[in-house]
Parts: sequence; structure tokens; C-alpha cells
Amino acid sequence: MSTRIFISRDAGALALGAEDIARKIADTAEEKGLDIEIVRPGSRGMFWLEPLVEVERPEGRIGYGPVQLDDVDGLFDANFLEGGDHKLNLGLTEEIPFFKNQTRLTFARVGIVDPRSIEDYKATRGYEGLRKAIDMGPEEIVEAVTKSGLRGRGGAGFPTGIKWRTVNQASAPQKYIVCNADEGDSGTFADRMLMEGDPFMLIEGMTIAGIAVGATKGYIYIRSEYPHAIEAMNAAILKAREEGTLGDNILGSPYSYDMEVRVGAGAYVCGEETSLLDSLEGKRGEVRAKPPLPAHIGLFGKPTVINNVLSLGAVPHILADGAEYYQEFGEGKSRGTLPIQLAGNVKFGGVYETAFGVTLGELVNEIGGGTRSGRPVRAVQVGGPLGAYFPPTLFDTPFGYEDFAAKDGLIGHGGVVVFDDTVDMAKMARFAMEFCAVESCGKCTPCRIGSSRGMELMDKIVANEDRAANLIVLEDLCNTMKFGSLCALGGFTPYPVMSALTHFPEDFGADPSRLEAAE
Amino acid sequence: MHNYEPFEADRAAEIIAKHQAREGATLPILHDMQETFGHIPDAAVVMIAEALNLSRAEVHGTVTFYHDFRKEVPGRRVLKICRAESCQAAGGDAIADRMEKRLGVELGGTTTDRRVTVEAVYCLGLCHSSPTAMLDEKVYALLDEEKADALCAEAER
Repeated sequence: MSTRIFISRDAGALALGAEDIARKIADTAEEKGLDIEIVRPGSRGMFWLEPLVEVERPEGRIGYGPVQLDDVDGLFDANFLEGGDHKLNLGLTEEIPFFKNQTRLTFARVGIVDPRSIEDYKATRGYEGLRKAIDMGPEEIVEAVTKSGLRGRGGAGFPTGIKWRTVNQASAPQKYIVCNADEGDSGTFADRMLMEGDPFMLIEGMTIAGIAVGATKGYIYIRSEYPHAIEAMNAAILKAREEGTLGDNILGSPYSYDMEVRVGAGAYVCGEETSLLDSLEGKRGEVRAKPPLPAHIGLFGKPTVINNVLSLGAVPHILADGAEYYQEFGEGKSRGTLPIQLAGNVKFGGVYETAFGVTLGELVNEIGGGTRSGRPVRAVQVGGPLGAYFPPTLFDTPFGYEDFAAKDGLIGHGGVVVFDDTVDMAKMARFAMEFCAVESCGKCTPCRIGSSRGMELMDKIVANEDRAANLIVLEDLCNTMKFGSLCALGGFTPYPVMSALTHFPEDFGADPSRLEAAE
Repeated sequence: MHNYEPFEADRAAEIIAKHQAREGATLPILHDMQETFGHIPDAAVVMIAEALNLSRAEVHGTVTFYHDFRKEVPGRRVLKICRAESCQAAGGDAIADRMEKRLGVELGGTTTDRRVTVEAVYCLGLCHSSPTAMLDEKVYALLDEEKADALCAEAER
């Protein structure tokens, strides 16, 4: 019987050389006449160990990593096919503390199953949620999702069940499910990993949403920077149609639902839900004023559920294991788990799914292992380009929607970008304004003009031109953007800017006492 | 590496016909046009507008809104270097500078021999292993000086 070897096909693993490793292992095994089968799953999410090569043994999968091309001959010499000893031998992958200590609900299959195999999916409790959903019917599904406490994982944190109920109660000849896979925030990659590593589950989640609200058509809007995810989703949709889990009368039920992939075109603002809808309609990705809510007047003017990948990805589990089970995880009003992404200058970069409530300090220093450069951590940006910069003095903040809001921050899509003490926070604040200026859709003035004025102000502040007066203008401008912008792009750009100024005034040449006095 | 076709109205009409019946067909058509011709020619904008019953201004507005759509055919290879926060945190500024110098072109430009177009990209979703880049559709992570030089050499090849 052939030995099964697992080498990830996740873009992150490929970027670190997994393809070459897989080829060399296949070639070497053939030369030596060894019977192996190489399976290409998603990634376990421990990217400092990628390319990770796992060998299936009776006791479990033995990991070797990070494997470089030069290591392959040595692995064969060490008889790695039987779990042989080698300097890269990590033991059982599932026992690695970073992996073992997680609560993997949404990411349960990622890195384990072959994402191209619907058989693998079915063998690992795939479609259990969908079958239950078909038995339950729309009302009960909405009830379960509401009870689970699931909130929008894209960043806004709006209760998913309430959104679904609104669309469920709307009456229209056509309704839509839209999955927001325009994961543009720097420091986030969980959507990408989930699409590449467990695409059938996302399809299942969208199908359940379709049944729950009476939508027969869905779109998943994936950013063009994610070619691997696009390919994975397209392949999975074709297989799901063949299997009868997409299309008419799903699994023999009265419900019908089908979906397709749409590709973005490099506009960050299209991650904002109304801008995404305009983009899907073929227009400029300009933000719409709300109300009307997309749940009433959404895609092509029809009632639309628009949810993030991680929100829809959590749904099959919630249906399969029950709302009560899911909502037992977490704290306060933040229920369930969040796949947190550790990025930037971090030693152990990757995805770490855990219940809400873990502190920022645990994440950065213990789980993430501090900086990769070995220098002290100076700042952490949580929640993408629109998230606040936190200094280590705020590391006791628990990961939760309200906890971060209380410290003038946000958890966003769960990305954590670590910076060491070489970072210039005035430069990062200027970058936030510059990014907003480049990516602004141009519809509202505070964002379109404010961001450009913000850049100019930052230049003056750094050049010590009327610094004290310009700092006051900057704060004023940030307030205008925060309260006057149509969407989170202009509205949240003040978070990185003001947090940098508040927590790192020395980088702005500001007198720290002035800011303290202002508080 | 792409071998783009020169613009031909018949070919463009074929592409439009393929997607025309889809809901919100503009972006799928534009992606397909660019995949085929390497850019969105003005003549194509007129054709799309007519086929979808839109004004030329509307289609022009859509084309120019998105960073992806090009006015000109790019270099033989397209190198996208991530310049977002995570890559900045991990030494990406120096890596991007190095690659620009080595290729003799600034972000947003194309080398004079038209071998390589170099662009900034704001996140490739590989932030667990910053700094990162993408050459055509192949991705690269944990770029250091050595890897950046090798990537430039590959792009120029």
C-alpha cells in the first residue's frame, strides 16, 4: 500500500516553495521505486513550518518542516516515509502546541483534507449542516443562526441572524446571497486559506443561507489578487453541481440554489458591502448611502444577504453541532470562535482559531512568539489598514468586539500585524492617510478630500512646520472624517492615525503632556 | 508570461457575446478583454457600451475606477510587490527599493526593454510570511535580499 504524504497547495505554502518540494519528493520516490501518494491539502496555518511535509503513519501524521530542496535527499536517507528521525522532524503535527491549543470549528478541515475532493468533504461531516437545514426549514435556520450569536466576521460585527431574518421577511421574486471574499486588509488571509483549503464548506454555508432566506442565486466576489482561491472555488462549484448539492432540488429537497465566482479588479473599497454590490453590478465600486440596507435593496435592487467568508464559513458547523454549542465559546457579546491571523514582523505567523477572549498580549508574545527580528514589539495594528495601533501597554485587552471598541480600536477581520521598535509611527500614520486617498471611491467629501489634506498635514507635522497648530488641525480633520464619511474607509482611517498619535506622540515630535492634558 | 493578441474587433465581439447574457456582465467582459489583449483598448469600451446598452461614459468610468484595468499592454512579465502594512513591518521597504533599483524602474513603470512591469500591490494575503511579491500568477514570500535578487533575475529572464 502506498504511503500518503501531505504537502500543502495553499498559496502561502506555494510562495515558500511547496510546489518544488512536492515535485522533488515525487521524483525521488519514483527513482527509488517507493510507492507514495502525494495529497495536496490547504495549510495547517503554521507558516513558519511551511513547506510542511506530513507523512501518514498509524499513529497520525508526522510533520517535517520547513523543508527546503536541499533537505529532500536527507529526508529519504532518514527514512521519513516511516517517520524516521531527522532534524526537521516535528513529531505528530496535531500535537504541536500552536495547533493543538486552537479551537478549530471553522478551520476544522483546513490543512487536513484534499480541498479538491468532495469525497473527503463528505467523509469529514460535510453536508451534515445542510441536511439538517433542509429538515429545519427557513425559520428554524434563521433562529439557529441568531441563537448562535454569530456576528459579521468581516469587521462590522453585525448579528448575522438579524440580517438573515430581514431578508427572509422581505418579499421579492428574486433574492441573492453574496459572499464578500474581497479580503483586502493587510495582515489578513483567513478567507483566502478557507477558500483554498475547504471550499465545499463555504459553498455549503452559502447554500444554507440561500435556503434560510429564499434566495436561489449566489455570488462570491473574490479579489483578483487571489488566483489560487478563485481556482479552488471554481473547481469546487463544478463538483458540487455534479453532486447535486448546488442546483435544482438540492439533495432531493424542494430548495434550489446555485452560485458563481466573480472576480474583483484591485479596488480595496470594494470590500465595503455596498461598494461590492455596485461592483458586482458592473459599475464603479462606489459606496451607497444606507438606508436602504442591502437586506431590503441590495444586488440589482433585490433583497440580499451579504456576508463575509468567515461568517458563512461558520454556518455549516453551527447547523451541524447546534447553536448552543457554538455560542458556548467566547465572552460577552462576542460568541463563538475567530480565526485570528498573525502577521507582519512575527515569529510564528499564521492562522490561530480560538474563542473570543484571548488577550492581545497572549496572541502576540506567547502564541506569535514576539517579533521575527528578535527586537522588542513596539506596536501592533489590529483589524487591517483601518484598525488602531496598540502599544504593549494595551496587551491585556481581550479579543472581542466591545473590548477593542472600549480602547478606541477594532478587531476588524481579525488580522494582527506586529511591528518591532524600528517602526516610525508618524510614517505609518501618513501611510494610512495616503492609502485612504488612493483607495477612496470619491463619493463623499470627508474621505476623498480629507485623506489628501491628511497626507499634507502629516508632511507638515513631520517637517515641524507649525507642528502644534497642525496637530490640532489633524485631530479636527480626523473627527470630520470619522463622523462625516459614508463608509468605514474614510470613517475608520482616523483609527490608525489617532492611535499612532495618542500612543506614540514622540514619533510626531509632539509633546506627550499636551495629549495627556487633552484627555 | 502572457502572449497577448493584437486588438481585433471580431475577437472583442466574441468576448462580449460570451458574457453578455450574464447579470452584471461588465467586469467579466473587462477581465476577459484584458486577459486577451493585455489592456482595455478604447475601441473595446465603445463596443461594450453598445452591447450592454450603457453610455460610453459609464463603461469608461468603470474601467478607470479599478486599478487592475490597463490602458496599455504591460511588459512581458508583471511583478507585483506588496507595499502594505504587514510587508512594511517585515522589512518590505528595503526589499522594494532593492528590486526597483535592480530592475531600473520605479513602481508603476515598465523597463525600457519592456520585459518587466513593476507594480505596488496592497496585500497578497500572504502576510504570515512577509515581505511578499507575485510574478504573473506565481507567489513569493519571506523575501530577503537573496530571494529578491533571484526573483528579479527570473522576471528579467
